[in-house]
Amino acid sequence: MSAPLLDVSGLCMRFGGLLAVNEVALRVEKGQIVSLIGPNGAGKTTVFNCLTGFYKPSAGSIRFRGEEVSGMPGFKLARKGMVRTFQHVRLFRQMSVVENLLVAQHHHMNTSMLAGLFKTPGFRRSEKEAMERAAWWLERMDLLEFANRTAGTLAYGQQRRLEIARCMVTRPTLLMLDEPAAGLNPRETADLQELIAELRSEHGMSILLIEHDMKLVMGISDQVVVINQGSPLADGTPEQVRQNPDVIKAYLGET
Amino acid sequence: MPDSFYYLLQQLLNGLTVGSTYALIAIGYTMVYGIIGMINFAHGEVYMIGSYIAFIVLAALALLGIESLPLLIIGALVCSMIVTSAYGYSIERVAYRPLRGGNRLIPLISAIGMSIFLQNLVRIAQGSRDIAMPNLVRGGIDIGPSTGFHATLSWMQIIIFVVTLISMVLLTLFITRSRMGRACRACAEDLKMTNLLGINTNAIIAITFIIGAALAAVAGVLLGMYYGVINPYIGFMAGLKAFTAAVLGGIGSIPGAVLGGLLLGVAEALTAGYFSAEYKDVVAFSVLILVLLFRPSGILGRPEVEKV
Amino acid sequence: MLRNLKPAVISAVVVVILSGLLMGVRLSQQGTSLVLVGAGADVAVKIAGAALFIFLFNLFRDQLAALWHRVPALPRTPAAFSVLAARPAAHRLLWCFLIAAALIWPFFTNRSNIDLATLVLIYVMLGPGLNIVVGLAGLLDLGYVGFYAVGAYTYALLAMYFGIGFWTGLAAAGAMAALFGFLLGFPVLRLRGDYLAIVTLGFGEIIRILLNNFTSLTNGPNGIGNIPKPDLFGLEFSRRASEGAQTFHEFFGIDFNSVHRVMFLYFLALVLVLFTLFVINRLLRMPVGRAWEALREDEVACRSLGINPTAVKLNAFTIGATFAGFAGCFFAARQGFISPESFTFIESAIILAIVVLGGMGSQLGVILAAIIMTLLPEVARQFDEYRMLLFGLLMVLMMIWRPQGLLPMKRPHLELKT
Repeated sequence: MSAPLLDVSGLCMRFGGLLAVNEVALRVEKGQIVSLIGPNGAGKTTVFNCLTGFYKPSAGSIRFRGEEVSGMPGFKLARKGMVRTFQHVRLFRQMSVVENLLVAQHHHMNTSMLAGLFKTPGFRRSEKEAMERAAWWLERMDLLEFANRTAGTLAYGQQRRLEIARCMVTRPTLLMLDEPAAGLNPRETADLQELIAELRSEHGMSILLIEHDMKLVMGISDQVVVINQGSPLADGTPEQVRQNPDVIKAYLGET
Repeated sequence: MPDSFYYLLQQLLNGLTVGSTYALIAIGYTMVYGIIGMINFAHGEVYMIGSYIAFIVLAALALLGIESLPLLIIGALVCSMIVTSAYGYSIERVAYRPLRGGNRLIPLISAIGMSIFLQNLVRIAQGSRDIAMPNLVRGGIDIGPSTGFHATLSWMQIIIFVVTLISMVLLTLFITRSRMGRACRACAEDLKMTNLLGINTNAIIAITFIIGAALAAVAGVLLGMYYGVINPYIGFMAGLKAFTAAVLGGIGSIPGAVLGGLLLGVAEALTAGYFSAEYKDVVAFSVLILVLLFRPSGILGRPEVEKV
Repeated sequence: MLRNLKPAVISAVVVVILSGLLMGVRLSQQGTSLVLVGAGADVAVKIAGAALFIFLFNLFRDQLAALWHRVPALPRTPAAFSVLAARPAAHRLLWCFLIAAALIWPFFTNRSNIDLATLVLIYVMLGPGLNIVVGLAGLLDLGYVGFYAVGAYTYALLAMYFGIGFWTGLAAAGAMAALFGFLLGFPVLRLRGDYLAIVTLGFGEIIRILLNNFTSLTNGPNGIGNIPKPDLFGLEFSRRASEGAQTFHEFFGIDFNSVHRVMFLYFLALVLVLFTLFVINRLLRMPVGRAWEALREDEVACRSLGINPTAVKLNAFTIGATFAGFAGCFFAARQGFISPESFTFIESAIILAIVVLGGMGSQLGVILAAIIMTLLPEVARQFDEYRMLLFGLLMVLMMIWRPQGLLPMKRPHLELKT
C-alpha cells in the first residue's frame, strides 16, 4: 500500500497562550475525498491554513507525497500541487473572468521576458494553451458567456464556481475546499456535489474539504475527520462518524 | 572627569531635548494611526504652522511691550494650540473623512496633497526664507568644571523638558481618567464596535486629530524658540522623523511614541556629535528602515498575525 | 435653514482662526529683531470673504444640494461611439495618428515649444514607469525620484570620469537604476502599503542626501556640469566639431541652426518614449503584467495559486526603476548640468500625481496626465507662485471627486476560441 498523498500527524498551532489546534491527524489517499468537520470555532480553517502554508505550525508533521512540507510558504505548496479555495471567495475582482484563469496558470506558462516582448512562437503557443485550458474550464463551469466580464460582477454562486475553476487550471493534485457550499441553495449544493465527484472521477483529484452542510459531507466523503475545540474527536467513514456518540454530543445534530 | 565625558553628556542632553519634541509630534501620528489606521502625512506641516504662529504671537507680544517670559511662552502656547487645533480639525474634515474606508492608497495621496498645500500656503503667506528670532532665553546650568570643557544644560532645554513633561502628564490623565479618553481608547481598539455601541466615533476621531495638533503646536513653540529659526520646509523633515519615532516605539502606542522620540533624538545627537552633522538626517531614515525590516511592531508594539 | 446656523457660524469662525494670524500678519526681519507687519487690506478682505462664503455655503447647504441634483447630467457619449472606440482597430488608428502628429509637428513650430515638448516627454517616460509600480502592482513608491537621480548621476559621473558617450551612458543608467531597484526592493517588499510608502520615501531622501554630501564623488550641491549631449552616430550637433568628430550640419551640407539640436533631442525623447510604451504595453499582456495586477488585487490569493509575491513585487520595482534610469540619463544629457536639487521628494510627488490623476494602470490616462501636468504650469506662468499650492489642492480634490483618475483602466478584451 503506497504512502498517502497527504499525511498529517501531531499538528499543533499555538497563538500566544491559545492552543488552537492540538495534535490533529488526518490522511488523504490518492483519489479520496476527505471531509473535515466540527462545530464552529473548532479550528478547521486554522488547520487548513497550516496545511497550505499560511501559518507556520507550532508542531507536527505534514507530508505531501512523502515529502515533509510543514512550514513551507504557501506559494511553494501551491506549486507542488496543493491548492485551496477560501471561506470568503478571493477572486481578482477587478480583473476579468478569463484573466483570473490566466493568472492562475502563471508558473506553467512561458514567463520569459524576451519571449513575451518579441512574441516568439514559444510564447504564442504558451498563451494559446493557457487560453484553451481556461476556455475549457469556463465552459464546464457554465461561465463561458462571462469570460470578459469583471470577476467582481458575477453572482455569488458563479464566483464560487470560478474560484474552483481557477484552482483546477493550476493542474493540482490535491484540492482543498474551504466551505465550498457556504451560501449556496440546495440546488446549487447538489450541483456542487456532482462537480466534486466529477473532479475526482474524471480529473483524478484528491479532495480535502471543510464543510458544515452535512448532506454534502455524508453524500460525497470517503472519510470524515471530526475536530472539536482544536482536538481530534473522530475519524472514519461517514457511517461510523454519524453514529459516533461523541460526535453527536459535540454537534447536537446537523443532518 | 575627562572632557570626553562632558562632551558625551552634552550630546545626550541635546538629544533628549530634541527627542522630547519629536515625542510630542510622534504622539499625534501614533494616535491617529491607532484609531483610523492611516498615516497623517500633513501632521508635520501642522507642527510647522505651530511654530509660525508662535513666532507671530511672540513678536506681537513683544511689540505690546510684554517682557515677562512665562507670559510670552504661555501666550505663544495657547494661541498656537488654538490655531493648530483648528487646522487639525479642518484637515481631517476636508481631506480624510470623505475618504474613509476602502483603498488605503487614496487617503494617503490626499494627505500628501494636503501636506504640499499647507507648505505652500505658509510659503505664500510668510515667504520661503528663514525667519529668525532673537534668543529669548539665555544661559543655563553648567555641569562640570567652570574652566575648561563642561556641559551646559540651558534654561531653554529645562523649559522644554518641563513643558513636555506637563503635556504628557495631562495627556495621560486625559486618556486614562476622562470619559472621552476612554472613548478614544475604545475607538483605537475597535472602531466599528465602538460606533455600534452608540459613541459618536466621528467626534472622537476629530478630537484625536485636535489633540495631536495641539501637541504638535507645543513642539512647534518649543523647537522654534530653541533653534530660533523657522521656514516653511521644516515640517517635512520633522514629520518624517516623528513618524520614525512613532514606528520605532510601536505604532499605536503612546508610551512607545515617547520612547521612540527620545531614542531617536539621542541617536541623532550622537551621530552629529561623533560622526558628521550632515548625515544626521540619514539616521532617522536608516532607523526607520531597520525597524520596519526587523521588528515592524516596534519596541512596545504587539506583532500582528495575518488573518486568512 | 436655521438648523444649519450653528455649524455655519462655527465653520466661519474656524476659517478666521485658520487664516487670521497666519495670513493676516507678516513676519518681517528688521535687523536682528522680529517685527510684525500687517499683510495689507486686501488679505483682510480675502479672509473676510472666505469666511462669509463658508458661512453662506453651510447655511444654505440643503438648498444648494437640492439645486445640484436638479442640474441635468452631461450628455453621455452615444453608445455606438463607445463600441467603435473600444475596437482594437480604432486604437491602432489612434496611435498611428498620434505618432504621425508627434513626428511632423516639430517642423512647424518654434524652438522653445519643441524644448517644452521634450520636457513633457520626459514625464511621459516617468509616468508609465511609476505606473508599473503603483498602478499595476499596487506598491506605493514615494521614492521614485531616487532611481531618476541614479540614472542621471550614472551618466554624468561616467561621462566625467570615463568620458563615455550618451548611448553607453543610457544602457549603464538603466542597468544601475535596475540594480538599485533590486537592492532597495529586497528589504522593503515585505512591508504593508503605508509603511512601504514611507520607507521608499526614506530611500529617495537618503539617495538625495548622499548625493549632496558625498562631495568627493558627486561634487555635492555644486552638481556636475559639462555633460555631453547625445550625438547621431558620431555626428555632433554643435557649431564646431570637437577633436576628430564631424558636425551634423557639415555632414548634410546645410547651414548650422541651433534648432537642429533641440529637434534631435525631441526625436530622441520620442524614440525613448515609444520604446517605453511599447515595452510596457507588451508587459501588460504577458504573465508578468497579469501577475502584477493580481498581486495588487489580492496577495493572499496569489500565494494560494503558486505566485511568489516577493519575486513579482521585486520584478515590478526593478523594471519601474529601469525606466526611471533611462529618463534620468536623458534628463542629464538634455540639461548638461545636474545637481541634487532636481531630485527632491516633490518630484516623486509630481510623478505620483501624474499616475494617480491619469488613472492607475491606464497607459493613455497617464500620458494625458503627464502632458497636462507639465504644460499647465508653463501655460499659466502668471500663477507660478501658486503652482505648488494648486497642485496640492488638486491632489486632494481629485481623490475626493474622482479617485479612479481621468481615464480609468479598461480591461483588455480577450478572444476565446472554443
